[in-house]
Amino acid sequence: MSTDSQTQEHHAGDISHPTPKTYAIIAVILSVVTAIELWVYYIEELRSLLIPILAVLSTGKFALVVMFYMHLKFDHKVFSRLLVLGIILAFGTFLALLTLFKFSHPFGLL
Amino acid sequence: MSEASHEGGHHTSLGVDSRKLGMWIFLASECLLFGTLIFTFLLYRNKGIEEPNIPAEILDIPVTTASTFVLLMSSFSIVLALHAIQTGKIKSFQRWILTTAIGGIVFLGFQTYEFTEFVQGGLGLSTNVFGSSFFMLTGTHGFHVAIGVIWLLALYFSSLRGGLKVDGALKVDTMALYWHFVDIIWIVIFTVVYLFAVV
Repeated sequence: MSTDSQTQEHHAGDISHPTPKTYAIIAVILSVVTAIELWVYYIEELRSLLIPILAVLSTGKFALVVMFYMHLKFDHKVFSRLLVLGIILAFGTFLALLTLFKFSHPFGLL
Repeated sequence: MSEASHEGGHHTSLGVDSRKLGMWIFLASECLLFGTLIFTFLLYRNKGIEEPNIPAEILDIPVTTASTFVLLMSSFSIVLALHAIQTGKIKSFQRWILTTAIGGIVFLGFQTYEFTEFVQGGLGLSTNVFGSSFFMLTGTHGFHVAIGVIWLLALYFSSLRGGLKVDGALKVDTMALYWHFVDIIWIVIFTVVYLFAVV
């Protein structure tokens, strides 16, 4: 838990949450990254790199919301583990679907 | 230990409030639901498509970017609502929770507009597998947003009647987790469904 009083506050419990200023900075970053995503989308020269660029940008947005707005950076680790477990199970489902399609679907894979 | 512990919350052996833990378990299970819908869309997105329903041509990226921005800003407004109730500023809380609800309603308005455009253009739930997987994914997300808006308005009206005096911060914290989850799911959908459409 950080002790940076400029960016975090302590409430009734012993969990420190970001200040409104930090929330506002995160909101600005999220808006800018969304604008960059839109810009990248319209650049023909970047078409071949579109998927990796957008994957990195959206993962960054996802991480910012989860860490700061959902307070996983500051909260009990069990919450982070639950989210990661859900994501791992979702990817496991994807692998199961891929296997299913590979062997039995008339359309084949992607 | 969360703030709720000082408001008479029920604790688990982990030292966290059981209601907050329950919400996180629910959200983890929701990862499975949306993961399945997103991956199903990925598998079907280029299947059975015929003119004039080419995804890259019918998806309205500027409109969806605007709705994405609205949803992201509603995540910002709900953390401000949470901060307000944690610091005892009930008027500020009411203003921000209502702003968040309006953001959710605006997002649903954008989605209704998009769905109407698609249906009028000949793309429905049963037109092809792309349509089925697209409407199932975005429709399920929209349903979650609608539930969230009802929940937000319930909190707003509850606060007007003084109903958030006990466990108020925990109730808002739990709701905020749900709302942020809806937001992060949309971050993935916006990228995978809309921006990947040209690839």
